[in-house]
Amino acid sequence: MKVFSFHGGIHPPENKKQSTRASVRQLPIPKTLVIPTQQHLGLAADPVVSVGDKVLKGQIIAEPVGRISASLHAPTSGTVTAIEEQPVPHASGLTAECIVIESDGLDQWIEHQAIDYKALERTALVNKIRQMGIAGMGGAGFPTDVKLNLGSDHIVTTLIINAAECEPYITADDMLMREHASEILEGIKIIQYLLEPTHTLIGIEDNKPNAIRALNEALADADIDLDLVVVPTKYPSGGERQLIQLLTGVEVPSGKIPADIGIVVQNVGTAQALHRAINHGEPLIQRIVTLTGEAVEHPGNFWTLIGTPFSDLLSAADLKPGALYRLVMGGPMMGVAAETDAVPVIKTTNCLIAATESEMPEAPAAQPCIRCGMCEQACPAQLLPQQLYWFAKGKEFEKAKNHNLFDCIECGACAYVCPSSIPLVQFYRFAKSEIRAEELEQRKADHARERFEARQARLEREAIEKAERRKARAAEAAKAQAERKKQAANEPIKDDSAALKTAAAVARTKLKKAEVALKNAQDKGLDGVDTLQTTVDKLKLAANEAEQALQKSSTTASSTSITPKGEATVAKPDLKALKQQVSIIRTKLKKAEAAEEIDDSAIEALKTRLEEASKAHTDADNALIEKAQGAGIDLKQLRIDVAMAKVAVTKIERAISKSDDETEQETLKTDLESAKSHYDQLESQLKPYE
Amino acid sequence: MSLIRMSSPHVTRSNTSSGVMQLVLLAMIPGILALTLFFGWGTLLQIAICLISGLVFEALALRLRGLPISRFLGDYSATVTALLLAVSIPPSAPVWIGIVGMFVAILFAKQVYGGIGNNPFNPAMVAYALLLVSFPVQMTSWNLPYVLSGSEGWSIPALSDSLSLIFAGSSQVMDAYTGATPLDILRNRDGFTTEEMWRSDQTLIEGAAAYHAVSAAWFMGGIYLIYKKVFTWHTPVSILVTLGLVSAIAYGVDPSNFVDPFNHLTLGATMLAAFFIATDPVSSATSNRGRIVFGIGIGLLIFIIRTWGNYPDAVAFSVLLMNLAAPMIDHYTQPRSYGHKRPRLGPKGE
Ligand code: SF4
Ligand code: SF4
Repeated sequence: MKVFSFHGGIHPPENKKQSTRASVRQLPIPKTLVIPTQQHLGLAADPVVSVGDKVLKGQIIAEPVGRISASLHAPTSGTVTAIEEQPVPHASGLTAECIVIESDGLDQWIEHQAIDYKALERTALVNKIRQMGIAGMGGAGFPTDVKLNLGSDHIVTTLIINAAECEPYITADDMLMREHASEILEGIKIIQYLLEPTHTLIGIEDNKPNAIRALNEALADADIDLDLVVVPTKYPSGGERQLIQLLTGVEVPSGKIPADIGIVVQNVGTAQALHRAINHGEPLIQRIVTLTGEAVEHPGNFWTLIGTPFSDLLSAADLKPGALYRLVMGGPMMGVAAETDAVPVIKTTNCLIAATESEMPEAPAAQPCIRCGMCEQACPAQLLPQQLYWFAKGKEFEKAKNHNLFDCIECGACAYVCPSSIPLVQFYRFAKSEIRAEELEQRKADHARERFEARQARLEREAIEKAERRKARAAEAAKAQAERKKQAANEPIKDDSAALKTAAAVARTKLKKAEVALKNAQDKGLDGVDTLQTTVDKLKLAANEAEQALQKSSTTASSTSITPKGEATVAKPDLKALKQQVSIIRTKLKKAEAAEEIDDSAIEALKTRLEEASKAHTDADNALIEKAQGAGIDLKQLRIDVAMAKVAVTKIERAISKSDDETEQETLKTDLESAKSHYDQLESQLKPYE
Repeated sequence: MSLIRMSSPHVTRSNTSSGVMQLVLLAMIPGILALTLFFGWGTLLQIAICLISGLVFEALALRLRGLPISRFLGDYSATVTALLLAVSIPPSAPVWIGIVGMFVAILFAKQVYGGIGNNPFNPAMVAYALLLVSFPVQMTSWNLPYVLSGSEGWSIPALSDSLSLIFAGSSQVMDAYTGATPLDILRNRDGFTTEEMWRSDQTLIEGAAAYHAVSAAWFMGGIYLIYKKVFTWHTPVSILVTLGLVSAIAYGVDPSNFVDPFNHLTLGATMLAAFFIATDPVSSATSNRGRIVFGIGIGLLIFIIRTWGNYPDAVAFSVLLMNLAAPMIDHYTQPRSYGHKRPRLGPKGE
C-alpha cells in the first residue's frame, strides 16, 4: 500500500511506554456512577428513569433526542439516586445534567442477546446501533448510527479505520488492538455490511508493533477484506482529515465532510464496541481508559465503566499524594484540563494524564512573534498560523477568516513549536467564537431588517389595494344589482374547472417533491444539483401554466355566474397544514432549548423556522381575509354567521324531534328548510376561504 | 482539589526565541574567527563596540517604552544585530561608526517600529546602508587581508595598531593597512579585462584566498543552522542559486567583463547575507514559497547592483529592497490550505 504524506506535523515525546507495560486491568465497580446525558455531539439524551428507580446493568436510562444523539445505559445495576447538575468533562468546565446511579455491587445484567445482523434490514440494524448508544470513541464522539446511516445519495468507496492514535501518552487503542484484535475485525465486518465500501483500510502508526502483529495474526484467521496500512509516526496523523490524506492522497474539501467524497472514518474502539453491541447485545457501557502521567505510581490501561469518577481511577493507579498538578482528559496536545477529579469518564474519555508540575509546567510568558515560520512548517492544515495569530490578536476577524481560520483543526502543532511560547490555539479559539457570535448577530439583524422591510412594503401595498378595491367594489355592486334583476334564474355555466383543478394539484405535488429532492441534494452538496434544478424549474413552469389555465377558466365561470364562485377554485394554501407545522416546530424548539445546546445556532435555526412558519400561517390567513374582502365579504363576520346558522339549524332540528304536534312540526320543517338553505348558502360562500 | 486549568496543548517543545538566537550566535563563531585570522583584531574590537553600544541603546529604548529590560535584553536579538553590523563594517573603521550604526539599528530600525518582531527592515542592514551612504570613505576602507603565503609588507595590524586605528583614527596606520577589496578591484578595472586583473593584480590574487576562507566559514555556520532547523533552506539556497545562475550566464556570454559565479558567491558578503542576514525571520517573507521568491529577488539584486551600481558590495541594499517587498510577496505566495483548490488571494485576503 502506498502511503502518502501530509504537510507539517510534529514529533513530540511519545510517553507511551509507561502505560503499556501491564495488560488492561478491570477497574472495580465504583460506588457511585455519574452519567452525563450529553457525551457526544448533538442533543443531550432524555432520561427515561426517575430518581429511586432500580436499574439493571445495560438497561436504557436515557433516550436519544433528534437525529444526532445517542442513548445511554446503566453501566451496572443499582439505584438512580439523582438526576442533577454535576461537573462534566467539557472545556468550559461547566456543570450539566447527569444521571447518578448508586451501584448495588451485584453487577446484574439485564436480559440481552446477540443479534444476527445479516438477517436484519439495514435501517433496522442502524436503529439497533442507535439503541445501543454507540458513539465515536475517538475524538468528538459523533453518534455512530448517524455516520453509518448515510442517505442512498452517499456512495462509500473507502472505509477507513482509525488506529493511528497519534497523541502522546494515549495507549487505549493500542492495548485494545493487542488484546482484542479479532473483536475489532468483527466490528469492522458490521460496518462493512452497512456501508458496502469497495475498500477498507486500517491506518496505524508504526510505533505500535505489537498491535500491528496482533492485527495481522487476527487477519490471517478472519475472513475479511481489508488492508492494514502502517503510517510513519507523526502527530497528528490520527486527525480524520490527515489520516485520509495519508491513506488515500485525497484532501477533504474545505467545509465538506469525508462522506461527501465517499470516505467514512471510524475508530477502532468504535468497531469493537459495535461488535460487543451487535454480536453480544451489550450496549456501550465501558471503555478502555489510559491512566498515566508522573503523578501516578502505576500507570496503565483500565476497562472502566462509563460514569466512573476520575478519583476512582486515580486511586486505582495509586496517585502519589500531593504530586498532581494538572489533570488532562485526552492527550497532551488536544486534551482538556479538568478542574476537579469528580468529573466522570464518558464515552470519549480515552486517556487521563495525571501530570506533575515538572512534567507539564505552566507555559512561560509569551514573547513577541518573531515570524520565524516554525508554526507554518508544522501546520497540518497548511495555514499561516503566524498571520492568523496576528489577525486574531488585532481582532481583524474578517482577515482571519480569509486566511482560512476555520480550516484550523486546533491540533496545537503550531503552539508546540513556537519559540516565543505564544498560546496560538487559544487565540484561534477566541477568534472563531467571536466570529461565530458576530455572524449570529448579523443574521439576527438581517432577519429583523428583512421582516421590517417586508412589513413596511406590505402595509403600503395593502393601503393601495384597499383603495382600489373599494372603488371596484362599488362599481361591481351596481353592476351586479342590475344583472341580478335581469337574469334572476340564470344557470351557472358548466366548466371543466374540476379537471383543471386536478391538473394543477398534480403539478403542484410534483413540484414540491422535486423541490424537496433539490434541497436535500443542496444540503448535502451532491452532484446532480444542476439537473435537479432544471427539473424543478420545468415543473414550476408547468405548475404555473396549470394554475393559470385553472384561473382563466374560473374567471370566465365567475364572470357569468352570480355567486363569487370563481374564488373557490383559486389555489389556496392549506391553513390546517400550516398550523400543524407551526406547532411541530414550536415543540422542537422548546425541546432544543431545554436541551441547552451549547451550539445555539441550531436553536436559532429553529427559531427562524418557527417565525417563518407562523408568518406563513398568518399570511395565509390574512391573504384569505383579504381575498374575501376583494369579493366584498367580511371573512371574520362570515365565519361567525356560518357558525350561528349552524346553531340555528341544530336548534330547529332538536325542536322538531321534541315536538309531537303535527302542524307545529310542519311549520318547524319549513323553518328548518329555510334555515338549512341559509346555512348552505353561507357555507358555500365560506368554503373557498377555508 | 485545586488543579491548574489551561487550554491545550499542554506540552510545548523546549525551544525559545532566545535559544534560537543563541544558536545563531554559536553559528557565527567560525566566521568571526576567520575574519580575525585574516583581518586582525579589528573585528573583535568592532564586535565589542557594537555590542556594548547596542545593549546600552536597547536598554535605554526599553526604559523609555516602559518595558521590562531584563526580559527583553534576554532575547539576544540586539546581540545578534550588533554582531551582524560588527562583521559587516570594515575592521578598522573608527569607533563612532559602530556606535552611530547601533544607534540607528536599535532605535530607528527596531524600537521605533515597536521592538522585536515588528521591524519591517533588517536593523543591521539599515544601519549599514545609512553608514555607507553617509560615510563612504570610512565604510569602504577595508584592511588588506593577511595572506598565508604573504609577501613582506602585508600582515594583519597588531592589536596596538588596531586600537589606534579604531580609537584614534590614525590615518598613517590606516593607509598602511587598507586598500580596495577584491570586488572593488574587479569592478574598477581601468579598461583591463577581468582575466588581465586576475593575472596581474597581486592584491586581488592573494586577497581572494582570505575572502574565500571567510565565506567558507559563514557557509559552515549556515549549514549548521539549517541542520538545527533554525531556518529552512529556502532563502539561502534561492539566493545562492540565483546569483550563481545569473552570473554564470553573464560570465558565459562575456567572461572579460563579468565576474565568474564562484567569486560572486565567495568574494564579498554573499554567504553572510544568504545565511545570516536574509534569513532574519522578522523582515523576510514568511511562507516557504515566499522565501524562495524573496531569495531570488536578493540574488538578482546583488548581481545587478554589483555589476552596474556604484557601491562595492550590494547585499545591504538588496536585502533592504526585498524587505520592502516582503509583505507583497507574502500576499501572493500564501500556501494553498488543506482542502482548498487554491490559495485565497485578492483584495479580500489583503
Ligand atoms: S512559531 Fe511563534 S514566533 Fe514563530 S512565526 Fe509562528 S507564532 Fe511567530
Ligand atoms: S492548531 Fe490550527 S493553525 Fe495550529 S497547527 Fe493545528 S491546524 Fe495549524
